[in-house]
Amino acid sequence: MLEDFMLRALLGGLGVAGVAGPLGCFVIWRRMVYFGAALAHSALLGVALGLVLGWPADLGIAVLCLAMALGFLALDRGGLVASDTLLGILAHASLALGLLALALMEGLRVDLMSYLFGDILALGNGDLAVIYGLMILVLGILLVYWRPLLSTTVDQDLARVEGVATGRMKLLFTLLMAVVIAVGMKVVGILMVISLLIIPAATARRLAAGPEGMAVAAVLCGAIAVILGLAGSYWWDLPAGAAIVAAAAGGFLLSLAVPRRAVHVS
Amino acid sequence: MNARQHPPGPVGASTVDATVDPTVDPVGASLVQVRDQATLVAAEGIGKSFAGRSILSGVDLTVNRGEIVTLIGLNGSGKSTLARILLGLLSADTGRVWRAAHLRHGYVPQSITMDPAMPLTIQRFLTLGGAVAGAELDAILAEVGLAGRRAAQMAQLSGGELHRVLLARALLRRPDFLVLDEPMSGVDVAGQAQLYQLIETIRDTYDCGVLLISHDLHVVMAATDRVICLNHHVCCTGRPESIVGEPEFRALFGAAVADRLALYHHHHDHGHDPDGGVVPLHDEHGHDHDGHGGDGDDGGHGEGHVHA
Repeated sequence: MLEDFMLRALLGGLGVAGVAGPLGCFVIWRRMVYFGAALAHSALLGVALGLVLGWPADLGIAVLCLAMALGFLALDRGGLVASDTLLGILAHASLALGLLALALMEGLRVDLMSYLFGDILALGNGDLAVIYGLMILVLGILLVYWRPLLSTTVDQDLARVEGVATGRMKLLFTLLMAVVIAVGMKVVGILMVISLLIIPAATARRLAAGPEGMAVAAVLCGAIAVILGLAGSYWWDLPAGAAIVAAAAGGFLLSLAVPRRAVHVS
Repeated sequence: MNARQHPPGPVGASTVDATVDPTVDPVGASLVQVRDQATLVAAEGIGKSFAGRSILSGVDLTVNRGEIVTLIGLNGSGKSTLARILLGLLSADTGRVWRAAHLRHGYVPQSITMDPAMPLTIQRFLTLGGAVAGAELDAILAEVGLAGRRAAQMAQLSGGELHRVLLARALLRRPDFLVLDEPMSGVDVAGQAQLYQLIETIRDTYDCGVLLISHDLHVVMAATDRVICLNHHVCCTGRPESIVGEPEFRALFGAAVADRLALYHHHHDHGHDPDGGVVPLHDEHGHDHDGHGGDGDDGGHGEGHVHA
């Protein structure tokens, strides 16, 4: 019989994998990997914000990620520097500011390691409720807006000519990303959360013939990585977050053996 | 969709007066008469700048139902910007765009931004704009010459095939106004003739207005109804055979292009003129649309070899 903390870790990890799969596909399709990583780096500042305002850390993180995303979009439109330069500056400046802010807070001891590398084994019932609540919300929104989101991702001009409010879709996607990053951080931490989004999706790419099939396959790949990583953590006392990401990466390597033209009906 | 709609009268009138110079193009007179029923899109005094650099200024343009208009200009002359403004993808700094009520746009961009990491079959791509019945999908694919390719992956298509898929997606909307951005690029001469034939067929079947964008006046486009030469402003406008004589056109594109086109015209007249003889083209300007419909057999015969 699984111990309670392992059961909660498994449920939490599977919940995050369930939503990271489809969203991660969009991150790959939209080439927003670095954008997602930059958002994740700003999460520490969100923790500090939450502490200052007395909010739960998740809310502080999600709000700050969203503010960062909107700030990036505004700055990027100015065209002052290349987008990837701007993202690099925002990512590391906000990480540094987050570290400084937490260091300056008197009388508070924050477990930095758990934020940076995740602490899936410490998930409580409240965390599970947050993860599953947000997962259902994000998946519901994805289902409702799947076609316009997909159409906008394939080509914005074509989508607009066909009447899709593409600006709203991009904003919606950014919002979803901020939420999922805040949730995914609980499992693998700030530094690796983006890998939970993109590695299963990249693995799924080689197994699917359609976008929907790729999203489902990404969920399965993520779930397998969570199970394998937690098993490694349980039997060999490995750090759980790192073990999950390593398992996902191993799955990606294996998928390279699948012939490119293999087409599964999906 | 139709963000801004204005009553057709004043815009149409000034647009037609301004773009169609009677000394260049005698068709102008007939355009004024058919304007109210046939005008799909009319732009007046369009100006657009990016980062302080003026891309378009004072551009007037009208596209009517049933006509093929070629917008020609060098790279960077503002063609695509103008097309995007007409489609409502971009807003102009100055001027205004009038669109016929309930106008359905069809847009065939040069390429799409889709990442090859997205697995997407042609069928799924074509249903991104809305559900399509299987039979309709097959019919459209056959129309653009891609019968039986429903399950092909988008990422594996050649440039020409991608263009046809994009055309199919535009046609699924049953467009009134079809915009094709550089459809001839990367297509060899035989393919160009075939593609142009396809565009003419589409114009006839869908009874739509077509705006072709090109950086070069390809020989096949000599059959276009009207050419608008753009270089940030409208340099000249008229039928292909009259525009090649324009000093501004010759200055932009060189005498070689103009003469090649003139040469082609000689053959084209033989192939399409029901009378068989070399008739001065100016004589038939008044009924160029009727002429197209009437000599459909002749046209099909003349360019039949490219269908093989």
